[in-house]
Formats: sequence, structure tokens, C-alpha cells
Amino acid sequence: MKITVAGEKKEVENGLTVAKLIEQENVETPQYVTVSINEEFIESGTFDTHVLNEGDEVEFLYFMGGGR
Amino acid sequence: MRITLKKEDFNKIYEHALNCRPEEACGLIAGEDLEDGTREIKKVYILTNIDHTNEHFSIDPREQLKAIKDMRTNGLKPLGNWHSHPETPSRPSEEDKKLANDSKASYLILSLMEENSPVLNAFHIETVDDVKSVRKEDLNII
Repeated sequence: MKITVAGEKKEVENGLTVAKLIEQENVETPQYVTVSINEEFIESGTFDTHVLNEGDEVEFLYFMGGGR
Repeated sequence: MRITLKKEDFNKIYEHALNCRPEEACGLIAGEDLEDGTREIKKVYILTNIDHTNEHFSIDPREQLKAIKDMRTNGLKPLGNWHSHPETPSRPSEEDKKLANDSKASYLILSLMEENSPVLNAFHIETVDDVKSVRKEDLNII
């Protein structure tokens, strides 16, 4: 199936989970990554079970914060 | 690393940070890494600090996503972020270091501690042997 990852169209296997995609994409420090699919943010606890669908648009974002 | 920031973009950050006091202000920077090693900031994004305090900042993830898409549309590379310290110096706090997870990013910190004398510095932060290492970058406002 075809999905879009960070603006780039990719062919991936059917049934791919978000966790597997993070692994395949070699995402740096994945424990700090937030994932949005079709502009909706998904809970990090669901990465293992969230299955991607044809046409999904996936973005990886790093939480950005700090303090005084 | 040498970094360039346009004076007008510095003013944009500064004016917004002043208006946000006493809260911390924040946003993203985007541009290009040139072949000579210079990092050229071509656009700054003013985003919402969803913590709304003078002690912390967290960039609104929805605005962050929108900014990332804008960068892509305009052929810009995400280069890092900026935030203000309304009452403390322009250096990464322990929390800033702890939450700096992108070793390719430049972290800009604007201190408003001294009235009418803003201080903006850029830092590279990475984890080396489980310890956060901070290096000041050569920021040039042009």
C-alpha cells in the first residue's frame, strides 16, 4: 500500500504498525517522538497496535519544550 | 557552527517575546545549511507556548506540524527552535538540556533579563555518554 511519510510517498507492506514504521524509518530517539496521522495525533501507547491504512499521511515530530 | 539570522527576524522574535512577558515565548527556525558550513536561518516561526508560564515552554504540537509543512512547501529545512527566558540568562537551563533531543538542532535562547538589552545565543546540545553536552554556536545577526 502507499502512504506518505514526512511528505514523501512510500510503498509499505499491508498491516504495518506505527511502531514498525518508526523502526523502518530509523527515527532518532523514538521515545521522544510524537506521531500524527492525517493531522491527528495518536497516543504513544498505541504505536504497537495502530495499523496504518492506504493513503495515510504520517508525520514524526519531536516534543519541543524547556524551562527557565 | 556559524549561524546567520536576519535582523528583521531577530526583531520579530524580540517583539513577540516582549509582548508575551511574563510568560516564556517560543517558536521554530528554518532555513538552509550551506556548503561552507554556515547555517542560514531564513524564516522564524512564532508559535504558542501551551504552558503559558514564565517557567516552562511547550510548543503547540498542532502549530509545530503546520510549521513543518510550511517549511516543506517552501523548501526550508527545520533547523531548531527558539524560546525566551524573561527573567534568566541566555543559557540552557537543566530542563532545556533535558528536553533537547535533537542533536542536529540549534537551540536559540533570548534573555530579556536586562531591560532594553536582549541577549540571544544559539546552542548545540547533544547527549554524550548519557550526559548532555552544550556548545555555544557562533550566531551572527545580519
